[in-house]
Amino acid sequence: MAEVLTHTTQATASHPEELNYLNENRGLKSWLFTVDHKRIGVMYFWTIMLMFFIGGVLALVLRTELLTPKQTIVDAATYNQLFTLHGAIMTFMVLVPLIPATLGNFAMPIMLGAKDVAFPRLNLASYYVYVCGAIMAVSAILGGGLDTGWTFYTPYSSTTGGGVSVMTMAAFVLGFSSILTGVNFIATIHKLRAPGMTWYNMPLFIWGMYATSVIQVLATPVIGITMVLLLMERLFQIGIFDANLGGDPVLFQHFFWFYSHPVVYIMILPGMAIISEVIPTFSQKPIFGYKPIAWSSVGIAVVGFLVWGHHMFVSGQSEFAAAVFSFITFLVAIPSGVKIWNWMATMYRGSISLKAPMLYAISFLLLFGIGGLTGLFLGTLAVDVHLHDTYFVVAHFHYVMMGGTLIAFFAGVHYWWPKMFGRMYNETWAAIACLLVFLGFNGTFLPQFILGSRGMPRRYYNYLDQFQFLHVSSTIGSYVLGVGLIMMAVVLIAPLMRKRYDAPSNPWGGASLEWTVSSPAPTHNFHHDPVVTHGPYDYKAARAAEKAGSHA
Amino acid sequence: MNWLRSIFMPEVQGWQYARDVDDIYMFITWVSAVLYAIITVGVCYFAWKYRRRRDNIETPDITHNTMLEIVWTVIPSIPLVVMYFWGFSTYMHARIAPADALEIKVIAKKWAWDFTYPNGMTFGQEMHVPVGRPVKLVMISQDVLHDFFLPDFRTKVDIVPNRYSTVWFQAEEPGEHVVFCAEYCGLQHSDMLAKVVVDTEEQYQQWLEQKAEEAMNMPLPELGKLLYASKGCNTCHSTDGSRIQGPSFQGIWGKTHNFTDGTSAVVNEDYVRESLLTPAAKVVQGYDPVMPSFQGLLREREIQALAEYIKSLQ
Repeated sequence: MAEVLTHTTQATASHPEELNYLNENRGLKSWLFTVDHKRIGVMYFWTIMLMFFIGGVLALVLRTELLTPKQTIVDAATYNQLFTLHGAIMTFMVLVPLIPATLGNFAMPIMLGAKDVAFPRLNLASYYVYVCGAIMAVSAILGGGLDTGWTFYTPYSSTTGGGVSVMTMAAFVLGFSSILTGVNFIATIHKLRAPGMTWYNMPLFIWGMYATSVIQVLATPVIGITMVLLLMERLFQIGIFDANLGGDPVLFQHFFWFYSHPVVYIMILPGMAIISEVIPTFSQKPIFGYKPIAWSSVGIAVVGFLVWGHHMFVSGQSEFAAAVFSFITFLVAIPSGVKIWNWMATMYRGSISLKAPMLYAISFLLLFGIGGLTGLFLGTLAVDVHLHDTYFVVAHFHYVMMGGTLIAFFAGVHYWWPKMFGRMYNETWAAIACLLVFLGFNGTFLPQFILGSRGMPRRYYNYLDQFQFLHVSSTIGSYVLGVGLIMMAVVLIAPLMRKRYDAPSNPWGGASLEWTVSSPAPTHNFHHDPVVTHGPYDYKAARAAEKAGSHA
Repeated sequence: MNWLRSIFMPEVQGWQYARDVDDIYMFITWVSAVLYAIITVGVCYFAWKYRRRRDNIETPDITHNTMLEIVWTVIPSIPLVVMYFWGFSTYMHARIAPADALEIKVIAKKWAWDFTYPNGMTFGQEMHVPVGRPVKLVMISQDVLHDFFLPDFRTKVDIVPNRYSTVWFQAEEPGEHVVFCAEYCGLQHSDMLAKVVVDTEEQYQQWLEQKAEEAMNMPLPELGKLLYASKGCNTCHSTDGSRIQGPSFQGIWGKTHNFTDGTSAVVNEDYVRESLLTPAAKVVQGYDPVMPSFQGLLREREIQALAEYIKSLQ
């Protein structure tokens, strides 16, 4: 029935003279100095996609190297630098800002019924801070590189040469970008809701953004301070982490994971938030259990601060600490898992349209399911001792970070693409790309669970012959994944070559506010101040309102 | 379901702890498999059964069901509680080594292992242990973080500078097992392997005696050759002229080495001794100062033996 829905809105899209945020101001300057949240979101989008491309190419080089034990295409020193950069780029420059800075920036103010975020200039500043951080990181690579792993564990990182100092400063600067976005979003959500937009009338995407912003503001300063301490130790030899100077190397791990575990929720909560939009819209049915989903995001954000020690079960921390951290880890697993039942229950008796965003959302459920369940192995103390620092962990967090966050991001990108760029993409090719990504991803990371269980440690350049078969399977999977991602990019970018904006304002039958404005969105989002008359998942009321609007 | 276990995990060596870990692993596997089957079948079935047909865009107004939410939160939590307690109690059992354990001191360094036995003898890269006796390792790192990972015994612990960490295991059958360094430690991290050789009590005693005798009576170059492998020199120094992390030993005796500080010296007994005990004092041009010190880890006779061995590599 999408045809019927789009029919009513075609009228708005067929005014070619209508101005929108993309064509109202032209020229490079109008982009570089913009304070429009949509344009900032789009600039973030292309910048982060560039970083994602670099990180992805590094991953393919790594997988190719691992085709054989010993040297395949690069030497050990290069390999160690490559996995460090892959990890650092993907976490600090891609996954952390990924959803809030791109789709959050673009869609959140419209979904709230606001003209912009609370502090538009701060928003632009956060983008340039991010660019500075990214440039610093790239200069660290070019100026000698670093091989500490993205975790920068001391005392290795306080004693090795290369670009560690510059990279830690880059992480510090990138953290500020993250904090600024978080502050901005919290203020926006509190103060700029349209009349009628009560807390429980907000789309769940906004709840996810809110919980994420709280973590960004509270956790990021800790990594900033840790990076400064590491830098002080490298420059001035003050003994904080280096045992030779009287420091405690394990202290660094506590500091590091106090940030870097909550950061996992900075990555996954926005992903869950997107899924909570896509599944109801493509089922044309209200989300099942709005309040539990909304509050579980906040709950995860809080409890997520108390589980960092599960990264350190074999680090020599006390048995008592390990027991407590293991327990809280299981506690935080429950609300994350329960959300999957909610999404499934939303599909039950819905009217399910298997368009590209929904296909990615279903991929998310299947991949994140594996990511979550394999977390149980790692939360269990005795089993974690065996699996810690093996490929099992590598596979687990890729299922959560890529199978979860990135796949959800792709769902969101396909979902809001018409609103962002005003063109529809080819559904058939989008579905084929989604299938390739799904198969390639599983091909890459499923074998790694077995590799890890059988004892293959991570960050290994050389490996025993017995592991080669599984490594080769994983590498083949990664090539399929690479092809799928490139195909997805082509599917999305090809329609942008068309001059005409041909996307209807509400292609999927969504009920939240961003679907009431034309595509691409108008420069000031709304021509009149919107008044919220129905809930974000009240598809019946949305259809009725749309009908009434088009008749008028 | 032993075939499934043998796909996932390396073969266990009879030690009860390793069996327990595998039992928990398989328990979690089955619980996960059931939950995952529900997710996959449910999602795919709903996507097919409720696919959009023309004119059925109307859907029922189902928004929540508190009873259902409680049920699907509480029921999956029950196996999670089992996992937690089972994992915790098994972990605690393996924390404290039995009092009669054979205690071996371990020093980890970039990128080699030293195992020191109660009789004072030190071996590198290879540890012999007797069957049926608990073995306790008391470990410390000389430089960065390392990790003793013995997958066949499902055991692992980080090795930290300035702090001892301990681990224990018990072998029930003779055999050989690989030890990995599982905490990233730099360039040759993936080559920092060692071997645990499980002997019968008799073989073990023989091995100890034989080693003691060898060390006393062996001609120096031969002892040097043995030390070259057992102390891990071979990780970084080749004997065939090829370049690894450090300079090759082939044909360097009597030649002049140029150092990074601009000085130079002839490779002789004094130079070898200094390079072993304070390696950072003279660093050959084109190489990084990464070699750990062997101060206190080599006896005089062993230092002489290494010098004689290098001399023999013409």
